Amino acid sequence: MNSLKRRTFLKGTAAISSVGFALGAGLLTPRMVLAAWPKSAFESKSVDDALTNLAGSADLSTNEQIQIRAPDIAENGNVVPITVETNIANIESISILTEKNASPLTASFVLGAGAEGFVATRMKMGKTSDVIAVVKADGKLHSSRKEVKVTIGGCGG
Amino acid sequence: MANSIRMRANLEGDVTTVRALISHPMETGMMKNKKTGDLIPAHFIQEVVCEHNGNTVLTSLWGPAISTNPYLSFRFSGAKKGDTLKMSWVDNKGESDSAEATVA
Amino acid sequence: MKQLLTMAVAVGLMGSVPIVAQATPEQDMKEYQAHYHKRFPNVPHDDFINGLYALDPEKRSQWEAIEDFPPYTVAVEEGEKLFNTPFANGKTYASCFKNGGIGIKQDYPYFDTKTGQVKTIELEINECRVKNGEKPLGYQKGDIASISAYMSWTSRGNTINVKIPNDPRALAAYESGKEHYYAKRGQLNMSCADCHVSYPGYYVRANILSPGLGQTSHFPTFRSKWQNMGTLHRRYGGCNRQVRAASFDPQSEEYRNLEYFHTYMSNGLEINGPGSRM
Ligand code: HEC
Repeated sequence: MNSLKRRTFLKGTAAISSVGFALGAGLLTPRMVLAAWPKSAFESKSVDDALTNLAGSADLSTNEQIQIRAPDIAENGNVVPITVETNIANIESISILTEKNASPLTASFVLGAGAEGFVATRMKMGKTSDVIAVVKADGKLHSSRKEVKVTIGGCGG
Repeated sequence: MANSIRMRANLEGDVTTVRALISHPMETGMMKNKKTGDLIPAHFIQEVVCEHNGNTVLTSLWGPAISTNPYLSFRFSGAKKGDTLKMSWVDNKGESDSAEATVA
Repeated sequence: MKQLLTMAVAVGLMGSVPIVAQATPEQDMKEYQAHYHKRFPNVPHDDFINGLYALDPEKRSQWEAIEDFPPYTVAVEEGEKLFNTPFANGKTYASCFKNGGIGIKQDYPYFDTKTGQVKTIELEINECRVKNGEKPLGYQKGDIASISAYMSWTSRGNTINVKIPNDPRALAAYESGKEHYYAKRGQLNMSCADCHVSYPGYYVRANILSPGLGQTSHFPTFRSKWQNMGTLHRRYGGCNRQVRAASFDPQSEEYRNLEYFHTYMSNGLEINGPGSRM
């Protein structure tokens, strides 16, 4: 039940002093404070802007060594399972973007020591869209895409 | 938020597969409260860190388009059976939680 | 709803209901199950408990991805805790059920000859609470769904074995459930059987209709659309309302009788609750 006590520590810029306090109190590990959440990338309205804000470049080269496993037709746009797998060497990160979402950047996974080129999650999609997986390795951006159709639900009680 | 993380870590060969389910509303900030018509404020996990022996093996940065009660799975090498794995998350309101699992 | 109406007309034109009047429950069940075997010769009998995922490989693979770490895990854990937490008087739920409440879901619902009514597991969870001086729980979701989920979990793999004793009241309850199942209702004038007997495998907008056989085996269920757990009667209410018919109260006699008929039709299949559905 630490979570309630930890409320508000990282809120916006005003949090700097309280983070300092939190560190002092041993409540937060330094790592969590250091890894900044890339706000501008998550708020970008296009794939290119999101990538530029996230990775400094939107220069993608298609790479068949990236496999996206996601449904052709999503049964429920609120819960679309997705797996990205790749055997590209020296991966720094794997990012998932949903082209037609208002803010395309969905998730970015920064791989640490020993991490394999494999991540899986579940995501929300408002409408039919290409899903783009971007793998950053040796400073370059590799990508692959797959269309996921989203039909309007609303029936089924 | 007590116990918001369910995590399993299974070793096969040299590779550990971690699977976790986190209880969290993941509100986008675009949905309306059906009764009052007011927007429900955004409330979503922004960062999930997973550590093994003090090393970060994965940092997940998330936006609000990750599903409610998020699921995360990833793989890494270098762990042994019995090792401890720690996962922690922080959301946009500064709430957080963490949990540990033993590699099986 | 417009598309649904279109389909309602289609059903009106083509629908046929393969059940003979005046049959015994056992004959009904054999015929009901045979209907699905004939309709879906490639679906193994035991797979009907997986609902629409038995029919559609694409949706099945999404569902299997979800089942890899199913959202009902949380409810099972919470249900176990609630189940084992003593009431104010020191007793627990275990005191109200045979075998301490473990591994018994396959026998529900059953006809209670003492009270002359159909008993469901959720009804007995609340009866247990009241008997021990606690307030009853709401019947659609929340704690009752968690406790029921835990009780289903401990019954996984057991064979559904609903009995209709030789008692005219039991038969009447069964007939009343069967009546509900085949009666057309609502503005769309459709019965449960129209959708789940005549047209399983067909689309209603983005939904594939599941076969009625095996439909009760995995309740309570975490539905992504609900974002939480719901009991079977919560689902009944939704299915009544989507044809724009009035729904009944959860655990009303109407729904308990419906559950009695509906579950009896799946006798011999395995309990695989709790379940997850998109
Ligand atoms: C207009 C068509 C329609 C009618 C009529 C209808 N349903 Fe459904 N039902 C659906 C749809 C669509 C779903 C969601 C997809 C699925 O699982 O079949 C559903 C789902 C269900 C489920 C959940 C299945 C699962 O695998 O979790 C049950 C149980 C159910 N219905 C029972 C009934 C009962 C009992 C009735 C009559 C009171 C009924 N339905 C009437 C369309 C209908």
